[in-house]
Amino acid sequence: MPDSHALSTKELRKVFGDTVAVKGLTLQVEPGEVFGFLGPNGAGKTTSIKMLLGLIAPTSGTATLLGSPLGDRQARAHIGFLPEHFRFHDWLSANEFLTLHGQLYGMEASRLARRIPELLDMVGLLQFQKKQLRTYSKGMLQRIGLAQSLLNDPSLVFLDEPTSGLDPVGRRLVRDIIHELRRKGTGVFLNSHLLSEIEVTCDRVAFIKHGEVIRVLELKKLEDIKASVTIRAVGLTADILTGLCQWGQDVRADGDHLSMAVPNEAVLPEINRYLVSQGVEVFAMTPQRLSLEEIFIQVVGTDSEL
Amino acid sequence: MSPKWIIARLTFREATRRRIVLTALVLGMGFLIIYSIGFHLINNQVSTVNRDAVSQVSRNEGFNFLFLAGLYAVAFLSVAMGALLGVDTLAGEISSGTVQTVVTKPIQRGDVVVGKWLGYASLLGLYLIMMAGGIIASVWLQSRYAAQHMLQGVGLIYFESLIIMTIALLCSSRLSALAAGGVVFGLYGLSFIGGWVEQLGSILHSSTAVDVGIVTSLIIPSEAMWRRAAYEMQSPLSGLLNMSPFGTTSVPSALMIVYAGVYVVAALILTMRIFTQRDL
Repeated sequence: MPDSHALSTKELRKVFGDTVAVKGLTLQVEPGEVFGFLGPNGAGKTTSIKMLLGLIAPTSGTATLLGSPLGDRQARAHIGFLPEHFRFHDWLSANEFLTLHGQLYGMEASRLARRIPELLDMVGLLQFQKKQLRTYSKGMLQRIGLAQSLLNDPSLVFLDEPTSGLDPVGRRLVRDIIHELRRKGTGVFLNSHLLSEIEVTCDRVAFIKHGEVIRVLELKKLEDIKASVTIRAVGLTADILTGLCQWGQDVRADGDHLSMAVPNEAVLPEINRYLVSQGVEVFAMTPQRLSLEEIFIQVVGTDSEL
Repeated sequence: MSPKWIIARLTFREATRRRIVLTALVLGMGFLIIYSIGFHLINNQVSTVNRDAVSQVSRNEGFNFLFLAGLYAVAFLSVAMGALLGVDTLAGEISSGTVQTVVTKPIQRGDVVVGKWLGYASLLGLYLIMMAGGIIASVWLQSRYAAQHMLQGVGLIYFESLIIMTIALLCSSRLSALAAGGVVFGLYGLSFIGGWVEQLGSILHSSTAVDVGIVTSLIIPSEAMWRRAAYEMQSPLSGLLNMSPFGTTSVPSALMIVYAGVYVVAALILTMRIFTQRDL
């Protein structure tokens, strides 16, 4: 039975000599999903992407891309890829560069003639189409690389750090493009260090550490997951603080100020009722949702733990 | 258009855009001008000597020597061109990462290798047509001398440059450009010295030395192609008397040419295999 996932891997592993770059990658990406791939430096993200694209051979494990085994040429016709280090044939003009890659996709000349100006316009390079890429800035190269990755209207596009060379305007452009891709039902596999970007663009994220997926998170449910709350109240006692532990952890009190971590915001009314029932006067209760960055730190740890 | 031809065209265009063709053209023209002036001066000198004293036969021997000397230099330049084109092509694109967006397209990695080979083979062909054609034209226009079997001879020189270019491509698929260059020129040196050992062995009737030369030709048959080319184009008299430094006493056989053909095909297949299997 064909695999219905856009991408599916099982215990994908890569070893370089004595170094285990990817320990055992197991994940699934659904068609049309914008999937974030997060992890600290050296976690094996780029190696994983390279394995998925057939640039390097896995040491062991299995994977399918658009229902076909890795390296399948037919599947590659429906894949787009923007590499991390966007180095291209810089002696070509933008137009020639896109024509070359369109031809490598096997696209008809008439389709290319329509598609290239469309993409150049989308990435804001239409007026520079005849300039050689060697005259482009880093940001312009990243934009033309992005256009290249979308030439064939891919079903799944891999974007490896797509905004690393871009200014805020460029980043916003990439965000808009990703939103447009989602609207069209194009799957996006996004590797980025900019967590704020991931937070606003992705449906799900996978946290990877030491070449293993350690957690997959649905970002729509981010508000339901672990949050913290700060409370300003009078009449707090040691017993009351202990009693609060039934709704959360890391309870800390400093005079009239109390903070604690809670599993979700739904427990806050119960905490309020408990405090009032214990005779505590509650003046303020401020929930603070964890940002993706805080979750990232919690999940993958700090540098010292890497 | 098939991916092979897309890459071949890209390779050709790259050589044009990066001024490789222009440089080769300018330096090649410079070489041909110097050669023509040299030939002109020698020809004039010979012509001013009493024509009776210098028979047409010995004049032709002199022209044949100058012709082969010119082609010897052209053969070396073609080999150097083949080596320089080949060593950086895959290694350079792998180290820069340029190759990543190419091989993730729905093409076979082998197409990239074959495409590059075709592109460089075309370039070398055009280069040799210009250079060897220039030598032939210069000699003919000034002396009305034409060596025998020129097509076979120039074809073998072309083959020699293809061997070196193919080995350069092979090394480039696994090694860095610098290391690949070192290996290719090392092998060329081996081939060169092996050819001389074989020659001297033949003159001195040392079968061991001849065998050493044959073994080096089996390791890298490029120099053997030049010696066969020189043999084809040398004048019948210098061939008979073995009086030209470009003549050969130990002629590489037709079987060696067949072997060289198989060698090129095998090296190209090996390059495709290495490039297909390696991590990028």
